[in-house]
Amino acid sequence: MSRLPVKKTYKLFVGGAFPRSESGRTYEAEGQNVARASRKDVRDAVRAARAAQPGWAAATAYNRGQVLYRLAEMIETRAAAFAELCGGREEVDRAIDRIVWYAGWADKLPQVLGGTNPVAGPYFNFTIPEPTGVVAVLAPDEPPLLGLVTRLLPPVVGGNAVVAVASETRPLAAIELAEAIATSDVPGGVVNLLTGFRRELGPVLASHMDVNALDVCGSDGERPELERLAAENVKRIVHGRPDVQSPWEIAGFLELKTVWHPIGT
Amino acid sequence: MAELDRKRASAPAPKEWTYAPAPESRDVVRLEERYGNFIGGEWVEPAETYVTVSPSSEEPLATVAQGTTADVDAAVGAARDAFANGWSALAGSERAKYLFRVARILQERSREFAVLESLNGGKPIKESRDVDLPLAAAHFFYYAGWADKLEYAFPNRRPAPVGVAGQIIPWNFPLLMLAWKVGPALACGNTVVLKPAETTPLTALLFCDVLRQAELPPGVVNIVTGDGRTGAALVDHPDVDKIAFTGSTEVGKAIQRQLAGSGKRLTLELGGKAANIVFDDSALDQAVEGIVNGIYFNQGHVCCAGSRLFVQESIYEPLVEKLKRRLTTLRVGDPLDKNTDVGAINSSMQLEKIRALVQSGVDEGAEIYQPPCRLPEKGYWFVPTVFTNVAQSYRIAQEEIFGPVLSVLTFRTPDEAVEKANNTPYGLSAGVWTEKGSRILWMAQRMRAGVVWANTFNRFDPTSPFGGYKESGFGREGGRHGLEPYLRFEE
Repeated sequence: MSRLPVKKTYKLFVGGAFPRSESGRTYEAEGQNVARASRKDVRDAVRAARAAQPGWAAATAYNRGQVLYRLAEMIETRAAAFAELCGGREEVDRAIDRIVWYAGWADKLPQVLGGTNPVAGPYFNFTIPEPTGVVAVLAPDEPPLLGLVTRLLPPVVGGNAVVAVASETRPLAAIELAEAIATSDVPGGVVNLLTGFRRELGPVLASHMDVNALDVCGSDGERPELERLAAENVKRIVHGRPDVQSPWEIAGFLELKTVWHPIGT
Repeated sequence: MAELDRKRASAPAPKEWTYAPAPESRDVVRLEERYGNFIGGEWVEPAETYVTVSPSSEEPLATVAQGTTADVDAAVGAARDAFANGWSALAGSERAKYLFRVARILQERSREFAVLESLNGGKPIKESRDVDLPLAAAHFFYYAGWADKLEYAFPNRRPAPVGVAGQIIPWNFPLLMLAWKVGPALACGNTVVLKPAETTPLTALLFCDVLRQAELPPGVVNIVTGDGRTGAALVDHPDVDKIAFTGSTEVGKAIQRQLAGSGKRLTLELGGKAANIVFDDSALDQAVEGIVNGIYFNQGHVCCAGSRLFVQESIYEPLVEKLKRRLTTLRVGDPLDKNTDVGAINSSMQLEKIRALVQSGVDEGAEIYQPPCRLPEKGYWFVPTVFTNVAQSYRIAQEEIFGPVLSVLTFRTPDEAVEKANNTPYGLSAGVWTEKGSRILWMAQRMRAGVVWANTFNRFDPTSPFGGYKESGFGREGGRHGLEPYLRFEE
């Protein structure tokens, strides 16, 4: 007799745990029942992100770089499984390489994006980049893995915590990614992945008063409405693209802080 | 020795320690009776006008344009023409030379501008002369130097100008805000339409004469005066590529909403409610000077003003006593008097707003202190004010007053100071006073604010990026970072 495989339940990834949607809803995608996150799930995810963010930002840049490198290791070991869920092995390889590339930026950003400023007076003055806080990401539908990784890594490497809405049509790669994140050393709550309907979840994230920035990459017709809602707490809006790699992508989720101190005896 | 002591004791003490008036001459400024809009290098007769006054005397100074949608349209058209027909293609080194000229002419005519700034805005001549004007010239000089070096500013990117920039500036530092906006925009190869604040249009209009002297090509800078309707028309205009706004958070949000989905670039420099935090090991007298500078500089009409003072409990009493004593020495009055520390409130509307918020502080139970102070009969004035016994929840501790009003609160531990300081939707600036180096850096790290002044306050420099966290806006002005809003990057 052949063995019956154990099938996976596809759930959300919030605060390092894998809950079902509190709404009890699912929708069918790629032949599977996938959790359909609700307004309440968004709020839980934002709360988890807010709680995790200060600790992640306070970790040393060296540590953040290693943790993200570890994520690349986790994906590499299950590359075959990922390849089944996206455009294939090439997409997986590019996603892994992109994570490694961004991991290396963690301890280089302040030197490239900040600096000391030669003010005309007896002051020491310097500018450093800091995370903006909690970032909401609407991932693109395609490519399902590389698109999510492309939008996720820039805010995370900069020290932000993220609530991302996965590809709506092809969410399984995102759930697989959540499992890789859970087994890397990324602290719970730094990355939260929701599956469901962007039209339903986007406005909740855009209007959430404890979200600092919104990447509208995966949105289409609803973009003006999302941006209008985002103005309520002056969110930073990022028009992310699904396949791009640059330190300036990280800069979109950073604030610049300038510190002055007198020089004297 | 005994002889000397006797002599000293017998010398009659002066009856009064007041300063003799030391007014700066107004002659240096020659105002027209009437100004149009400055469009395409020409003065264009306006369809609608209003009268701009001096807030210290309420005397009318000039009739200026209430810019209409048609005026804005003409100005944007002129800016577009200038952008397409020369300015954007001009070598950076040539753009630089125009900006260097502007910087030099501002230095040469600095007294004239300083007097006009104080006349139209109400700020003390001491500040317009020693802060606004030198900094405005320095901004143009700094960004002039960038114009032919843009490819070095952002590694591995190819910079290009954005196009026509619409710029809306506030009334607290009229010419300086113009410099912050126009300098980087032009250095990056953009053309601009600038709308000065409704109550302070005159230095911007006088600046058009600097542009004439600098022989800037027509249409590169256009100035349309008016109130919020003029600004809204500029924000709405389909041929504007970028909006830069400095002003209230309320209006900033409205602009962000208005631009939603338009794809126009936006930077916002909005309100603040800065925490100025004094630890028990700070140099108290220096801290008192910093507190006074933090909140009474420019009548408190400063978005980054240190309006919430957090004092460590153990030094609360001596510090508040020193602060109150210092307040009695502030000279409030004629902005053109060189001895004046605190000038006129910018407008009757702003005065009403300050009065209402101060009343709310009294009503909510805070204790008010105002030094004895004789105010001029005409004009808009408000006595420097300190509130003690303030709870975090009071409106005076939450809302931006934009006036010479300080709320004093206390804390016990550094953690509590951080918690309270960051407990605001704003995040523009913060101050920290302590003699302990490690604590300065620890505090600076934790302040959710774009500028942190440690053992100093209200310092500005063209090389130093300025701008907010959270609801204080986004984007930076000043420094290399201040170029980015005015550039797009080609693939």
